[in-house]
Amino acid sequence: MSNKCGPPSTDRRRFIGGTLAAAGAMTLAPGVILHAVAANDKATAGASGEHRWGMVIDTDRCADGCSACVDACNKEHGLEGQGRPATDAVWIRPVKLKDRQTGHVNRLVMMCQHCEHPPCVDVCPTNASFKRVDGVVLVDRHRCIGCRYCMMACPYKARSFVHEALSNQSVNAPRGKGCVESCTLCVHRIDAGVMRTACQDACEKEGHAAIVFGDLKDPKSEIRRVLKTHDSVQIRADLELNTGVRYLNL
Amino acid sequence: MRSSLISNRRLIILLAGLVTPAMQVLGESAYVTENSKAASLESCVAPTDDMRRNHMDFLRHGRDDTVRDGVRGLEYSLAGCIDCHASTDAAGKAVSVVGKGEFCQACHGYVAVSPACFQCHRTTPDSTAERGSLGYRFDADSRHPIGRPVDRETDHEQ
Repeated sequence: MSNKCGPPSTDRRRFIGGTLAAAGAMTLAPGVILHAVAANDKATAGASGEHRWGMVIDTDRCADGCSACVDACNKEHGLEGQGRPATDAVWIRPVKLKDRQTGHVNRLVMMCQHCEHPPCVDVCPTNASFKRVDGVVLVDRHRCIGCRYCMMACPYKARSFVHEALSNQSVNAPRGKGCVESCTLCVHRIDAGVMRTACQDACEKEGHAAIVFGDLKDPKSEIRRVLKTHDSVQIRADLELNTGVRYLNL
Repeated sequence: MRSSLISNRRLIILLAGLVTPAMQVLGESAYVTENSKAASLESCVAPTDDMRRNHMDFLRHGRDDTVRDGVRGLEYSLAGCIDCHASTDAAGKAVSVVGKGEFCQACHGYVAVSPACFQCHRTTPDSTAERGSLGYRFDADSRHPIGRPVDRETDHEQ
């Protein structure tokens, strides 16, 4: 009732002015916003566009009957099957390719190819499927509604859907029922500064060393050296997705 | 009309007088569960009242920074909550924070708010992830600058 008599209050105006001033102080330049959390000295700087993480897989070195990388991936991310191979989550899987005319068999591991132009990101209705600035394609489970459009869109059949309620997930990869998921390129390791993936470690431990992980934008990196000296291919290069995962001897 | 307004006001004052001591009792009730790391600490990462009121906002901002921008080791981290607030049973085994009477469930059950966090996040500290190696679990000293390969450095020289 008191609002209707007397001069109008200037509180609201002062409040708006103050809020704008505060917003201005936090904005350094258009598009550059200083996050309050960035001031925390314990926090890491986060993903950087100066890098693009990728992988090279040498199909000649990928040994028949070996599943070290798959086991390591499952252990690293706490992936436990329900004993139902058709629907269990698989982030990395061995594939055999046989040329019917010649009988030549190629063996390789298939996982999320971390495309530069990922179709899964194009089709996602909630922006849950996204590409980090360092090229890692991920699912933001806080936004995923489980529609599975991305699974349909992915030419590599790289994504899995979690059908059942989970408990005791790994702290490295929180995951749950109703969300789509796939290879994260061990993003928790990248963020911690450990530039090796679990599958790469396992493959080297087995003595095969078929997997090289590294920064595609760093000219001095091992992965760039390998790509420069060997003939590599992208799978389904005709789609022009510019994959971050490349294959040798395929 | 006016008299009913006045009586309403009196009623509100009376109610406030009755409710305030009850709120204080609630306010002073145990913030932390026994046998948790938090029970031995002075306060949380922010003053207790602040955490009580705003913890959901702190976590909501942090989760986007971590998932989408790769910023780890934030002050407000759900894994940090769990590590500190999960209590242990008589056998020394960690108890789920959403178990009956446990840290998260005790308040959330009372106010009938169901947190969605634990559909994906674990409810006990992760003992399998070694401290100092992976995920958010690293010490400030052991961290390497992002982008500099740790083990491959020697390979470049060859």
